[in-house]
Amino acid sequence: MIALLMRDLRLAVRAGGGFGLGLAFFLIVVVLVPFGVGPNSDLLAKIAPGILWVAALLAALLSLDRIFALDHEDGSLALLATSPLPMEGAALAKAVAHWLTTGLPLTLAAPALGALLNLPGPAYSFLFVSLLIGTPALSVIGTFGAALTIGIRRGGLLLSLLVLPLYVPTLIFGAEAVRRGAEGLATGTPLIMLAGITAGAIALLPFAAAVALRINLR
Amino acid sequence: MELRVTDLKCLRGGIPVLDGVSLAVAEGQALILRGPNGIGKTTLLRTLAGLQPAEAGEIAYPAEEGAYASHEDGIKAALSVRENLSFWARVYGRRMDEAVLQAFDLVDLAERPAATLSSGQKRRLGLARLGVIGRKVLFLDEPTISLDRFSVKLFADFLRDQHLAKGGIAVIATHIDLGLEAPELDLAPFRAAPEVAGGSYEAFL
Repeated sequence: MIALLMRDLRLAVRAGGGFGLGLAFFLIVVVLVPFGVGPNSDLLAKIAPGILWVAALLAALLSLDRIFALDHEDGSLALLATSPLPMEGAALAKAVAHWLTTGLPLTLAAPALGALLNLPGPAYSFLFVSLLIGTPALSVIGTFGAALTIGIRRGGLLLSLLVLPLYVPTLIFGAEAVRRGAEGLATGTPLIMLAGITAGAIALLPFAAAVALRINLR
Repeated sequence: MELRVTDLKCLRGGIPVLDGVSLAVAEGQALILRGPNGIGKTTLLRTLAGLQPAEAGEIAYPAEEGAYASHEDGIKAALSVRENLSFWARVYGRRMDEAVLQAFDLVDLAERPAATLSSGQKRRLGLARLGVIGRKVLFLDEPTISLDRFSVKLFADFLRDQHLAKGGIAVIATHIDLGLEAPELDLAPFRAAPEVAGGSYEAFL
């Protein structure tokens, strides 16, 4: 598993690996929003939590189809399936690699982008914490979606349609935590719900992804 | 240790292609699969390797010793030759053996990114993977595609001296003569009768 994780991280930072693609997308979406809704700083402060979370979610979505598609094309997935590494472990390693190259950079960059949207002061720490807790769920759910759609040519759009509805609970509780933080309300409940979704997804979805991979490899 | 297959029935895309395949390969032996295109050589190898379930029949060999090599090499273009090999060695919980580079004439290419290799060199890299993973039962699907005569001999030497001589087993689908002293199995007699009902539910998956 460590070997697969290290290889994926190495591939991501090499030329054409797509590292930073999601981050750049996140940056551009967040920069575009004030152009769209106008320079009303009160309005921006109000919608900032939702915008930041939706943008983070779309940025995570962008790189999902690379998770398994490239390995499927060059045959490494079939070779991995016959290796001693269980498919569940492979799926988990892939999800962790996706999070380290997408979710973690997004989390680190989000507070800086919050300033662009006039995010209220107390909300910054909650934005960081909610993304830190919530983005692993995005990666794991996305890995499951990617496992379902390997073998489909240009399956990226189908993957988005499959995965976006599954992202809804994460989005609701993540954005809610930041909004409550901005208004100085208690954030315990949405953060705990968010952590619960992430924990459940990490516990269950690698198994589902492994089954989907085995069926798709037949 | 031996590989024994009894009355195997294999499906491709839910449609039976081979039926009643029985074979036995003893330790240190290779078996060459022959047959026209589409007869089911790849399907048989994938079934033996466990990538797809058998419809009927039995496959017996130590499961922790099987390894599969397909048409595709599973090479990452952005990684160097050495990084590719040591990745596969680590997946199988082993250390990379430098002698493998020698055996497949990859020493001079070791630090080159795989993207810059020719297709024959890539194929040699893909086959060198078999040397680092240390498995005893190999299922090889057209291993010599795009190899020149010299490389075919390198590969045949590797199989004979490094693999079979150490008690390994190999089942190889190929159209050319590898120069191995191995029995051949023609798959044509095992062609499955076409089913009027149109195969099993697998076709819908």
